[in-house]
Amino acid sequence: MSRHSARVRKWRHRQTARANLLVLVFLGFVLKTMMSGEALQCSGYPEDKLQTLTESLTCRVTQAGTLLTLMGEPDQYSYPSVFIYGHRATGKSHVLLTLLTHLQLPHAAVSCVECVSAGLMFEQVLSALFGAAAASLLPRSSSLSDFVRIYRQACVQHPAQQTRYIVVEKAELLRDMEANLLPALLRLQELVDDNVTVFLLSEIVWEKFRPNTGCFEPLLLHFPDYTKAELLHILSRDSHPSYTPEFYSSYINILLGVFYSVCRDLRELRHLAALNFFKFCEPLEKGEARESDTHKLWRNIEPHLKKAIQSVYLREVSSVQWEQQQVDEQETTALRGLSAHTHVELPYYSKFLLIAAYLASYNPARTDRRFFLKHHGKMKKTNFLKKHEKTSNHLLGPKPFPLDRLLAIFYSVVDSRVAPTASVFSQISSLVTLQLLTQVGHDDQLDSPKYKCAVSLDFILAISRTVSFDIVRYLYDFL
Amino acid sequence: MTPSQFQSSNRKRCSNRKCTFMTRLCFPAAFRLRVFSTVGISVFKVHHWDILFLFKIPVSNHLSCSIMSKRKSREKHLSVGECVSQVQRELRERFCHQRLPDKPVGLESQYKHLLELLRRTAVHGESNSVLIIGPRGSGKTMLLRCALRELLESQEVKTDVLQVQLSGLLQTDDRIALREITRQLQLENVVGDKVFGSFAENLVFLLDALKKGDKSSSRPVFFILEEFDLFAHHKNQTLLYNLLDVSQSAQAPVAVVGLTCRLDVLELLEKRVKSRFSHRQIHLLSSLSFRQYRDAFRSELTLQDDFPDSKFSQEWNLGVSKLCEDKSVDEILQKHYNSCKDFRSLHSLLLLAVSRVSVSNPTLRAVDLLEASRMSSADAKSNILHGLSILELCLIISMKHLNDIYEGEPFNFQMVHNEFKKFLQRKSHSIHNFEKPVVFKAFEHLLQLELIRPVDGGACKAQREYQLMRLMLDHTQVMEALQKYPQCPTDVKQWAVSAFG
Repeated sequence: MSRHSARVRKWRHRQTARANLLVLVFLGFVLKTMMSGEALQCSGYPEDKLQTLTESLTCRVTQAGTLLTLMGEPDQYSYPSVFIYGHRATGKSHVLLTLLTHLQLPHAAVSCVECVSAGLMFEQVLSALFGAAAASLLPRSSSLSDFVRIYRQACVQHPAQQTRYIVVEKAELLRDMEANLLPALLRLQELVDDNVTVFLLSEIVWEKFRPNTGCFEPLLLHFPDYTKAELLHILSRDSHPSYTPEFYSSYINILLGVFYSVCRDLRELRHLAALNFFKFCEPLEKGEARESDTHKLWRNIEPHLKKAIQSVYLREVSSVQWEQQQVDEQETTALRGLSAHTHVELPYYSKFLLIAAYLASYNPARTDRRFFLKHHGKMKKTNFLKKHEKTSNHLLGPKPFPLDRLLAIFYSVVDSRVAPTASVFSQISSLVTLQLLTQVGHDDQLDSPKYKCAVSLDFILAISRTVSFDIVRYLYDFL
Repeated sequence: MTPSQFQSSNRKRCSNRKCTFMTRLCFPAAFRLRVFSTVGISVFKVHHWDILFLFKIPVSNHLSCSIMSKRKSREKHLSVGECVSQVQRELRERFCHQRLPDKPVGLESQYKHLLELLRRTAVHGESNSVLIIGPRGSGKTMLLRCALRELLESQEVKTDVLQVQLSGLLQTDDRIALREITRQLQLENVVGDKVFGSFAENLVFLLDALKKGDKSSSRPVFFILEEFDLFAHHKNQTLLYNLLDVSQSAQAPVAVVGLTCRLDVLELLEKRVKSRFSHRQIHLLSSLSFRQYRDAFRSELTLQDDFPDSKFSQEWNLGVSKLCEDKSVDEILQKHYNSCKDFRSLHSLLLLAVSRVSVSNPTLRAVDLLEASRMSSADAKSNILHGLSILELCLIISMKHLNDIYEGEPFNFQMVHNEFKKFLQRKSHSIHNFEKPVVFKAFEHLLQLELIRPVDGGACKAQREYQLMRLMLDHTQVMEALQKYPQCPTDVKQWAVSAFG
């Protein structure tokens, strides 16, 4: 029986390997047909530059073409504002900035992450478009009015020969800045009376940007996500020089097979591909396999990649540590990740306070009598255990509780007699500053404050084990 | 020096290619304005030659080129490439730069009203205030600019009219607005570029200057306040109060013109401000019929007679009128008309279509228009959903299920994960079991894309997996996205369709 199943498994493996090869051949064909026909075309720009651009913008030629036709020839008017959206790492800023720098169009690229105030943004835009002299005219805390005035002045000195472009990256942060900044940027062409176009780049759809009194509607342009074939094509480009490109692209194919259902971020995938490639090559170096033994290589790398999902993809283990492990040939889970370091050393009473807070947060108040009173009256078992799934507190999250309840449970779970000294109360407030508890509602600090417990079940289990307290017996959800 | 001599002397310099495309239209507006403001004449209809030979201004290179290319092009036909780029240039200026039309279309009575009002201020020295109200893109600024253009061209306006342009977007408080007014009026306390004095001094000075004037002697001032509703949010509405007060009392003649898109703008005004306002309102509520809309479509695309290559422009215009009779174009226009009647959305549609015109296809086709309409009406959220990974899509489906079961109650990560686990245990074969942190990373990505949103705006300090969320997607949007999703596993599809988990 076991021999039979082993044979079946072997056969299956061979089938999958063959299927993988077939897929590769097919994808190669598709890509060739996809990449060959297109080239950027737009009048008003030199042909040879467009040709080199076509080569540098892999899989984004259609989008670049649309952008170029929207921009028009350099000296023609262009639409006042264009909003480009698409997922992370779909080449939004790459395509746009490559076009602008390569065709040497006057442009200013600002990122809203850097510009914590609007003034910084104005300064960057002015210095990129008109030089530092114009930017120095801005007063210290500059308003939009100053920006527009100085822009107009500079415009009179350098009238537009070509369309000027302002590229605003991470435009979703514009919504958190001054309320009039976004509407003003959208109609900047009208305000400064110059041939200027503002590009806004964002991951978030335009509907979430629109101010409630409306604004000038920009043109919307979508950058679609890369398909699996395109990802394969792009990732296969940075192949290792000492191996053949086919070998590398078969590696990428295996990598995508594992990661594609979780992650489609090109940057992340590229990072993972670079990290795990040496593990993939290991059988070759040792002489156990040849480049054509796709199946052997696949069997070697696949469990490794699955482990990578849980560790290095989540940044549990840093990339350096991950590489170190591969060199040292350690068992990959031997190293404890970041989340394993959750053990916190606390004083004895703090531990019990935390346990009491956990019990108060996750048990309904009506069950306290049953759990913590020695001689509680009779309680109907059916009544006590009445619950359905939605009310499970480990799904809903912690409930707030008053200080009195915390102290009552605390005294009941601590065996020895504890005096309510200042140190007990100060321990409660220090638990709040450690963010193990959170205070709910800040209306009164002294008179019956309410708290919530903010630790996970695993954490509290570990704590209660150290003081040999069986917390599961006291939790309503686990009865 | 006669024009022809002048031209020949400059001919050598004009050989570069960029300049030959320059036309009269590209004559930099800023430059023209500067010429007028330094010399101080108010007549706008001056031909280039007049400027050149009246004031002996050194002619910049491209200016002379533009004139020359115009002359030359009359004589012979342009190549297709040049024609196309010329078409692009003309139409782009129409669509992108909001060039003023000769007469506002469909707004004749409003235009007459506004023009009469402004003329009374400019000619008779009568103070006025008026609000132009209309939805965005309905042509408020265009109406006002047309009226000002005609007014300033007319012979009756003997005195110079001063204009002060303010925008609620730029002048966010009264202090900045006041500075801008003094700067635009070029008052005496302005030295160079800097304005001296405090806010109070500035205000007193400005009011004094306005008070000293009277009907007969002082020059009328037009105050143009764009985004008027934003001025009403200023503290105490000091600026509005003072401007309207001047317009009510017999001081220097001013006209206060406010442009706004809010119908309830009068409710925003304080009582004392409201009582000083003349309550003249001009409403621009679009009453465009579909027939007019189609005519507008045709006239927006039609080339003018002054197009250099007459043969090409005839062909183009013929193509446009053929396009108007096309059934599919009619459908597209009907769709756009039903969603939005304003010209701005029409312009953006046309720009998208016209930008597809190139040397290889020099006429506008119905396909271009169809593509443009598809681009402008695409559902952004389904586009975003298309790019999600399978895991993220599964989370969205479980959120949809939670919404169905608990009737739109907010959920947290634990519930979603619970729902997802149930699916994995019971049904799934295609998706292997992911660890909880991996699922949480996918959940956070959805949060970043704002497909889900925290209920209390993220102010709550609860643990992240217990934060209450709402799904920002529709039931139908999820199902449609699932249909379009490339290579969606069948069990996931079935799970999405089945009503209860």
